Amino acid sequence: MSSIIELRGLSKDYRVGTQTIHALRDVDLDIPAGQFVAIMGASGSGKSTLLNLLGALDQPTRGGCRIDGSDTAKLGPDALAALRNRSIGFVFQNFNLLARSTALENVELPALYRGWWSRKRRKQAQATLKQLGLGDRMDHLPAQLSGGQQQRVAMARALVTDPPILLADEPTGNLDSQTAEEILTLISELHERGNLSIIMVTHDSDVAEFAERAIVLRDGRIIYDEPTPRAGGAAVPSVRALHGTDDDGDRVQGSDGLSSAEPIDRESNGEEAITPGNREIS
Amino acid sequence: MVLWWECFRLAIRELLRHRGRSLLTSLGVVIGVAAVIGVVSLVQGANSQIQGQISRLGTNMILVRAGATTRGGVSAGAGTAGTLTNDDARAMTSDCPSIVMSAPVQREVAQAITRLGNWQAAVTGSTAEYVPIRAWDVISGRTLTPVDDRAAAKVCLIGLTTARALFGQLDPVGQTVRIKGVPLRIVGLLEEKGENPLGQDEDDTIVVPLSTMQRKIIGPTHSHIVAIIASAVTESAVDDAVVESRALLRKRHKLGPLDADDFTVDSLKQASDTARQAGAVMTIVAFVAAGISLLVGGIGIMNIMLVAVTERTREIGIRLAIGATRKAIVVQFLIETVALTGAGGLMGIGLGFGFAQLMSNITGWPSLISTRLVMLAVGFSVAVGMIFGIWPARRAARLNPVESLRHD
Repeated sequence: MSSIIELRGLSKDYRVGTQTIHALRDVDLDIPAGQFVAIMGASGSGKSTLLNLLGALDQPTRGGCRIDGSDTAKLGPDALAALRNRSIGFVFQNFNLLARSTALENVELPALYRGWWSRKRRKQAQATLKQLGLGDRMDHLPAQLSGGQQQRVAMARALVTDPPILLADEPTGNLDSQTAEEILTLISELHERGNLSIIMVTHDSDVAEFAERAIVLRDGRIIYDEPTPRAGGAAVPSVRALHGTDDDGDRVQGSDGLSSAEPIDRESNGEEAITPGNREIS
Repeated sequence: MVLWWECFRLAIRELLRHRGRSLLTSLGVVIGVAAVIGVVSLVQGANSQIQGQISRLGTNMILVRAGATTRGGVSAGAGTAGTLTNDDARAMTSDCPSIVMSAPVQREVAQAITRLGNWQAAVTGSTAEYVPIRAWDVISGRTLTPVDDRAAAKVCLIGLTTARALFGQLDPVGQTVRIKGVPLRIVGLLEEKGENPLGQDEDDTIVVPLSTMQRKIIGPTHSHIVAIIASAVTESAVDDAVVESRALLRKRHKLGPLDADDFTVDSLKQASDTARQAGAVMTIVAFVAAGISLLVGGIGIMNIMLVAVTERTREIGIRLAIGATRKAIVVQFLIETVALTGAGGLMGIGLGFGFAQLMSNITGWPSLISTRLVMLAVGFSVAVGMIFGIWPARRAARLNPVESLRHD
């Protein structure tokens, strides 16, 4: 099976003031088409940075990032947008639906940017919403839907143009455990049904066990990469166990939460490199 | 293409959903466009009113007045010296190539008396050419003819004001009016001409054949004429006609190169040109003033759109993540701005139209709203949207997807 995602020596640095933070260091990773992967890590481990790179929202400082055949480092903003539109569906922790648009309009949006005419858009969006059990909620605004329903609308939006990759960033983070279970089951079903590659970020090893493969990041490196019990592997260890310490507190963050962090592009080089985890930034 | 249409549809829907806010946002443009339409149509109405008055006086008419008599250093004013003759008028027609016809004019203020009442009227004695040179028309009865003039017929034409004063609503044609004891049969009623630019009522007049005037009303002792009016072949030949008639009259009056003219030649062309220029200046001033208010309106919209971009950072992040290109974001925000200014422009046209009608009712000037002006106003407001929308739209498109998704 060919790889839908190939990372080679992938690094991403951020600059905070005069300090350089290595959010990702020399990550090598292959994800075969159709695989369901969970990415875990404490906050600051680099998992959000990795997700942004996998989602073609951001570009690496060094190394190669090949997504569905395109090296994102070589693409301009509009080519990246086209790649996102063609190959990737996003599901976010906080749903990120357009509040003033109905469920149907939200789902139609990627198809609009794909350039589909209204009839085709509508037909496809309605079919996808029905498939996800929201046939009777199409004309509701997000605020009129429950959290689980909103997340299902977001999934319909991610899948309406039938992309090969689904990126889910803590998709159950804002849901109660019962609804979370429903959403995870739905994601598993989608995976079983077709050739969809799913990459799901989570901090919860129980959630990770819905996937076939678990990857754990720490300080910008992959420290664990094994099949889950579902794929015949061992139980997924908790992030806490792998870190040997608790996973929050005063640890330096890689990218999330650092609004003043400046990403460093390919050409520039940092002056004073520090490692997240051994310096404190408030 | 799909995107443009969809953005347009969405922009209109958002605009209607937030009517109050949209109205406030585009108020500057509404007022700007209303000002353009209202003021410009008013100015053009006033211009056409003035031009109408001038052309009713006859724009290709030239006027020769006799010189002033001077007694003991006191000048009695134009027309008092008997320097012009009937022959001068005839010579102008035959010898000046730029003049088609001319008519000698004699004037007298006299009491007009009928069976019903009396009225002081300005009596003009002239030839058959007088009426066409003045670009006048007879609305009832007939005009004066060369036969009337040769026969010194006791007939006259009457202006509307004089006719009303003497006969009320009665048809004056066929009635008799006595002037200085001479009974004159009214053969024609002149059409309404209104006031001239000096405020004199042109319709308060009685026109009699010159021969009748000279021989029967005022007597041969006062037979000199006060003025000659003439028509140039075209409006553009008026200047030539002035030059030719001045040369002719100087020759006929045997004036040496050092002698001053004993007459003055005028045309309305200059007055007409001046009025036209003044009108053009007024139109430009109106456009500039209205343009400034549109500019201010545009800046207001730009401000609000810049705030909107910040407010909607997260929405832009979502759109970028889903695959919107930067162009798609620019198109969306640009169309939203243009929809706002365009709608403002349409409302402004309505408002300006109402304002122009109101002013027209108050002033009595016609309000001239041309399709060209409306198109101009619409074009202007759309252009304002384009110009002032581009900066906010570009700012939105340049947002970083990662950061805008994280934005609250």
